[in-house]
Amino acid sequence: MKNQVDNIIEKNKITDEEILETANSLRWDLGENLHDSLLESIYQDAAEISEKVVTKVDEKPRFDWDRTLDRLLTSRWTGFPIMLLILTIVFWITISGANVPSALLASFLIDTIHPVLKDVAAYFGTPLWLDGLLIDGIYLAMAWVISVMLPPMAIFFPLFTLLEDFGYLPRVAFNLDSLFKKAGAHGKQALTMAMGYGCNAAGIIATRVIDSPRERLIAIITNNFSLCNGRWPTQILIASLFIGSMVPAALGGLVSATAVVAVALLGIILTFVTSWFLSRTILKGEASTFSLELPPYRPPKILQTLYTSLIDRTIFVLWRAIIFAVPAGAVIWLSANVMIGDQSIGEHIVNFIDPFGLLLGLNGVILFAYIIAIPANEIVIPTILMLTVMILKASGVGEGAGVMFELDDYQIYTELFAAGGWTLLTAINLMLFSLVHNPCSTAIYTIYKETKSIKWTAISTFLPLVMGIAICFFVAQIWRIFIGAG
Amino acid sequence: MTNKLNNCETCPVHQSTYLKKLGVNMDRWDYVLALAGNPNTGKSTVFNALTGLRQHTGNWPGKTVTRTEGGFIYQEKRYKIVDLPGTYSLLSTSTDEEVARNFILFGKPDVTVIVMDATRVERNLNLTLQILEITDRIVICLNLMDEARRHQLRIDERKLSKELGVPVIPTSARKGEGIDELLRAIHEVANGLYVCKPHHITSGSKSLKRAVSQLVEKIENRFSGISNAHWIALRLLEGDPRIIEAVKKGELDNLYQRIENTETK
Repeated sequence: MKNQVDNIIEKNKITDEEILETANSLRWDLGENLHDSLLESIYQDAAEISEKVVTKVDEKPRFDWDRTLDRLLTSRWTGFPIMLLILTIVFWITISGANVPSALLASFLIDTIHPVLKDVAAYFGTPLWLDGLLIDGIYLAMAWVISVMLPPMAIFFPLFTLLEDFGYLPRVAFNLDSLFKKAGAHGKQALTMAMGYGCNAAGIIATRVIDSPRERLIAIITNNFSLCNGRWPTQILIASLFIGSMVPAALGGLVSATAVVAVALLGIILTFVTSWFLSRTILKGEASTFSLELPPYRPPKILQTLYTSLIDRTIFVLWRAIIFAVPAGAVIWLSANVMIGDQSIGEHIVNFIDPFGLLLGLNGVILFAYIIAIPANEIVIPTILMLTVMILKASGVGEGAGVMFELDDYQIYTELFAAGGWTLLTAINLMLFSLVHNPCSTAIYTIYKETKSIKWTAISTFLPLVMGIAICFFVAQIWRIFIGAG
Repeated sequence: MTNKLNNCETCPVHQSTYLKKLGVNMDRWDYVLALAGNPNTGKSTVFNALTGLRQHTGNWPGKTVTRTEGGFIYQEKRYKIVDLPGTYSLLSTSTDEEVARNFILFGKPDVTVIVMDATRVERNLNLTLQILEITDRIVICLNLMDEARRHQLRIDERKLSKELGVPVIPTSARKGEGIDELLRAIHEVANGLYVCKPHHITSGSKSLKRAVSQLVEKIENRFSGISNAHWIALRLLEGDPRIIEAVKKGELDNLYQRIENTETK
C-alpha cells in the first residue's frame, strides 16, 4: 500500500528540470526590468511601513553637530588639512609619550634582568654557547621588542581606535574616494588602506569588502604602502634620531612627527600612483561605483576602547613580534658567533652585499637585517643595531658580538650609527625602504590565501621590492650629485 | 525605560540569570542563530553582548567581513551564533551579500536575528523585507534606540512588529539595554512558542504575479512544506545562478527535510 502511494507521488512529482524550464520560459514573458520592478516594490513597501511607524518629534531642530562636523571634515578645502593635522597630532602624542616608558622598560629588562639571568646561568654552570644563544640572543631580542614596541603601540592603537569609534574613518574614505576613482581603483580601498596602518595582513583580508576582483587585486597589491605597526617604530626611531636632532630639542618631537607623517603620506601617494599604473596596465578596467554610508558620529566609549585596543591589537601584535623575535635572536647570535675562517658568517654576508647597499644609499647591514627580518618588520631596528656592533666590533657600546641591546640614550645611538658610516642619506633611505619593500612573510602568506594565485602573490611581493630599490637608488644618486658624498 | 530595566536587573527572576556566555566554546548546540543586518548597525556589539566575546567593534561599515561564531546558553538551551557580514541587500552578487544570503538560506539557522538601525528604519527595511522573504524564523533587534531618542525619533515598535509579522525588540546594545527581551524573543521563536507570519513583498505587475504563482505551485509540489517558495520563484525568474544550482543539486530538498524535522521535534 505504502509503495503504491509512493509510486503515485513519484509519477505526479514535478522534477527539478521542469521547474527550471518553466522559470526559463516565463522569464521571456517578463522582460528585462524584472530586477528593477522588484527593487521598486521593496522600496515602496519599506517606505510605506516606515511612514507608519516612525514619527519625528516636532521640535525646532537643534544645532546639528553631525552635519556641521561633516561639512568641516569632508569639505574640499578643509578635509585634507584636518586629516593631516589629526595624523600629525596622533604621531606627536605617540612619539613624545613613548620615550620615557620605553627607556624605563629597557633599563628594567636589559640593565636589571639581563645581568641577573647571566648570573643565574653562570651559577648553574650553563655552557657558554647555550648561555649566549638563550640569554644574549633570544632573551635580549624579546626584551628589545617589548621595550621598543609596547609603549608606542599602547598609545597609538587606543588613539586610532578612538578615531575609529568616533566615526572618522568613513570620512577619510569619503575624502579619498574621488582620488581612488581617478586612479581606477575602488573607493573602499581607502578603508582597507586604513586597516593596513594597523597590520597589512588585516588590511589584505579586509579587501573582501571590494566586490570586483580587479579592484580587489589592486587593493591587495598596494596595501603594503600603508605603514604597518611593525614599521612605525622604525620610522619613529630613525626620524627622532636623525631628523628631530637637526632642530632644537623643544621642536624635535614635532619635527620627527612631521617626518613620519610625510613618509606615511608618501605611502598614500604611492598607493595612488601604483593603483593608477596597475589599472592601466595589467589590471585594466573602469572603477565601479558603490554607496558609502557616513555613519553618525558616536561618542566613543573610552574605557571599553582602551580595553579592546590593548587586548585585541597591542597584545596581539606584541605577542606576534615576540614569537618572531625568538628565532631571529637565535639566528643573529649564531651568524655573529659561528666563524668561517677569521670572520663570522654574518660578516661574510654583510661584506658581500655592502657595495650594493651603498649604491642604494643604504649599507650591507641594513639589507642583511631586512633579510633576517622577513618574518616581521618589528625586529628590523634591533637587528640593524646588533649587526652594526658586530661589524664594528664596538665592544665599548652594547654587550659584545651578536647581542641585541637597548641604549637608553639617543646620543649613543647617534654615535653608533655615525661610527657605522651612517649619514642623513642612510637615515632617509632607511625610512623610504621601510615604507617600500616586500611585505612580511605573514602578509605574503595572507595574500596567497586570499588570491589563491602564485602569480599575484609574486607580483605583490616583488613589485614593492623593485620599487623600493629603484626609489632608494635614485634618491642616493641625486643626493650625491647635489648634496655631496653622503 | 532605563529605570524599569534597572529594577528588573535586581529582581531574582531576571532573564540574564538564565544566560551563560560561552565565548567560542561550543562543542554542540541546540539552536543556530544568524545575526544579519545593514552595515554599521551594531551587529558585532549585539554579538558581544550575547556571547561575552570581545569581537572588535568599530564605527564604520564593512568591519566584519568574515563570519564570526560564538555561543551562549539561555534557559538550558545551547545556542551557536553566527555574525554575518553587514549588507544593504541580498539581491546583488558581491561576496559579502552572498555569504550572508547563503548562510540564511542553506545554513538553516533556527532563528535569524535582524539588527536594524532605529535611526534609519526605512533604509534598513529594504534588507529586512528581503530576509523576511527567505525565512520565517526571525527576531528583529531594533538597535541604537538611544541614538534614535537623541535624534528625536519616535518608533512604534509594536506597530512595526504587526506590520512585519515578527517580534521587534528595541535595544541599545552598547548600553546593554533590551538584551534580556531580545533573548526571550529568540527563545520563543526558536522553540516555536512564537510563530512568525512574515510580511511578503507585494510584487508588481499582473504578469509577474501570474508567473510567480505558476512557479510557486510547481516548487511547492516538488518540495512540499517549503516555506519560501515565493522567494525561490522570484530568484529563478531573475535567473540567479546560485539558486538554479541549488534546485539542480537538490539542496532545497534538504532544506525542506530540515524544516520537517524541526517541526516534528
